[in-house]
Amino acid sequence: MARTIKVDYLARVEGEGALTIRFKGDKPSAVELRIFEPPRFFEAFLRGRAYQEVPDIVARICGICPVAYQMSACHAIEDALGIRTDGTLRALRRLLYCGEWIESHGLHVFMLHAPDFLGYEDAIAMAKDHREWVVRGLGIKKAGNAIVAALGGREIHPINVKVGGFYRVPTRAELSALLPALETALGDAEMCLAWAARFDFPAFERDYEYVALRHADEYPFCEGRIVSNKGLDIDLHAYEEHFAELQVPHSTALHSVVRGRGDYQCGPLARFNLNFDRLGERARDAAERVEFVPPCHNTYKSLLARMVEIIQALDEAIRIIHGYAPPDAPAIAAAPRRATGYGCTEAPRGMLWHKYTLDEAGLVEDARIVPPTSQNQKCIEQDLWQLAPTLAAMPHAAATRRAEQAVRNFDPCISCSTHFLRLAIERED
Amino acid sequence: MPTRKKRPKLAVFKFASCDGCQLSLLDCEDELLLLADAVRIASFAEASSRVLRGPYDISLVEGSITTPHDAERIREVRAQSRVLVTIGACATSGGVQALRNFRDVKEFARVVYARPEYIDTLATSTPIADHVKVDYELRGCPIDKRQLLAVLSALLSGRTPSIASHSVCMQCKLRGNVCVMVAHGTPCLGPVTHAGCGALCPTYHRGCYGCFGPAETTNTGGLEWALVAAGASQEDIARTYATFNTAAPPFRRAQEEQLVQIRLKEGRRG
Repeated sequence: MARTIKVDYLARVEGEGALTIRFKGDKPSAVELRIFEPPRFFEAFLRGRAYQEVPDIVARICGICPVAYQMSACHAIEDALGIRTDGTLRALRRLLYCGEWIESHGLHVFMLHAPDFLGYEDAIAMAKDHREWVVRGLGIKKAGNAIVAALGGREIHPINVKVGGFYRVPTRAELSALLPALETALGDAEMCLAWAARFDFPAFERDYEYVALRHADEYPFCEGRIVSNKGLDIDLHAYEEHFAELQVPHSTALHSVVRGRGDYQCGPLARFNLNFDRLGERARDAAERVEFVPPCHNTYKSLLARMVEIIQALDEAIRIIHGYAPPDAPAIAAAPRRATGYGCTEAPRGMLWHKYTLDEAGLVEDARIVPPTSQNQKCIEQDLWQLAPTLAAMPHAAATRRAEQAVRNFDPCISCSTHFLRLAIERED
Repeated sequence: MPTRKKRPKLAVFKFASCDGCQLSLLDCEDELLLLADAVRIASFAEASSRVLRGPYDISLVEGSITTPHDAERIREVRAQSRVLVTIGACATSGGVQALRNFRDVKEFARVVYARPEYIDTLATSTPIADHVKVDYELRGCPIDKRQLLAVLSALLSGRTPSIASHSVCMQCKLRGNVCVMVAHGTPCLGPVTHAGCGALCPTYHRGCYGCFGPAETTNTGGLEWALVAAGASQEDIARTYATFNTAAPPFRRAQEEQLVQIRLKEGRRG
């Protein structure tokens, strides 16, 4: 008997995608995560732009994680120009990134993913029975957005980020005003982790290769080496030697693989597994209290990793604000020069790698951007292959819901994943 | 149980975009649950698996038209919508992806994709109003969520939404900002840009970069000398207009004027 699980338009993900799993008998014969989000060609039209314009342009790749795009771009361009932001400017960037993690993870945990575990179509339906948790989730999300709005000017496509730092740095009072909401959100987030830890997580494990940044002493945001649990440990300049992107006919996003090995997972669960020892005490304690400790190979539990990262980001944001004194200048100066620079930061959904080549005048000659969802795409398909026999035994509607939930484990941001991905060659080497 | 009037159906549709404008709705953390009491969210793929059939009382449309399939789909959306509101620069002017309109899209596809033949795309990115009748437009890249709430509450209470169409300068003055161009010589598109953001960039000590698109009346020629006096080259000015509302006619004309002058200059030199 031939059977097909088909979702024509995936809901509760960012962007446009579809899913098809074909079976011959109980065995899957095809798994396709189809991404039909129309391409927008960012890498092509970045050519010829001034380096100062790049952070604002790449932000528009993704309305959910614009800060990640701005941070990866700034770091890559600063690498090319030979400058480094340190001290307070570096701390302010971490603060901004904390805001985006809290906002983006809050959106995914409470509005997109939790309804799967509790059996609702959306957070609004969920709020009829679990209103206090939805309200807490919205409060957490709002606290994250408040950081981005205060420091970045607005929540979506912040206007205050520039190469070398910021256009204007906040006063102490502007940041201190955020503290009460952040303190409340931190307490709520600890409660929400304990609540979510009691969800019924489907038993599903796979031997993943996790890839994330690793920093000498911090939980990773903007800096570190690219490492994996299968022995990868490289400088971000060496990314292209170790990873390849493949174009497939059914998707406008490219598939990433580790050369010589295959699919890998990036994102919160990868960071959690590789950097648990870099979490602050507050987040680590909260995770240990609910017995969520590495290694965890069940991607349904990525929801818990997101909650732990919300706690980490809130805790760190509070610490940064307490220690804040405005720096002398809002940005460090830079002069254009011909060079290539690399930047890699941890977007909420995983590693986001940028590379820019600038000419003498500071115009972009070439840009390459590798977003997290294209990196996870092959991993998602592999999960579905392994899940397929379980799905085959389930009633059709339940199987479809379970398959969608497995895709949502990765918080895929399809809008992001399609819009670039340059690739010179299609190859398996 | 008291009888309750049937709540209007709200739908959200996405075309080529970054998802940011529809996210603005989910960013209304304080109002979201109240809004969900006032309307039935009938179709909003980013937030819900539930899809109710049309017709819809209010449809919010994000994104621009870039594929043959989407050119068809927007007609179906229009046919199902009583009031259609476009939200954001992609939907109202074609967005940043309209940069392709003035270049060779096949070349763009070759830069990005190894197998461009797999990619089905139109040569242009066009606003929704080029394809169907639009009832109201909300500008911005992204839209301002307070404006979105104002439009929704007007529509829900049967009022005609009123959206200010003056320039960013007006909001900047109301905010009491010192003019960044006059006082600091920072190039600023505030005089020709549509209000709505609350004059954010000048408040953060930078020049406006036009993400809300052209104001109702613009004098880009008059602004040119001020931008040049502030140190902007003709190439800089052309690029400044060539961003998130590049295909909006007043901004497009301003770019073309600069490009013509650049070509004349090069011709004289050559």
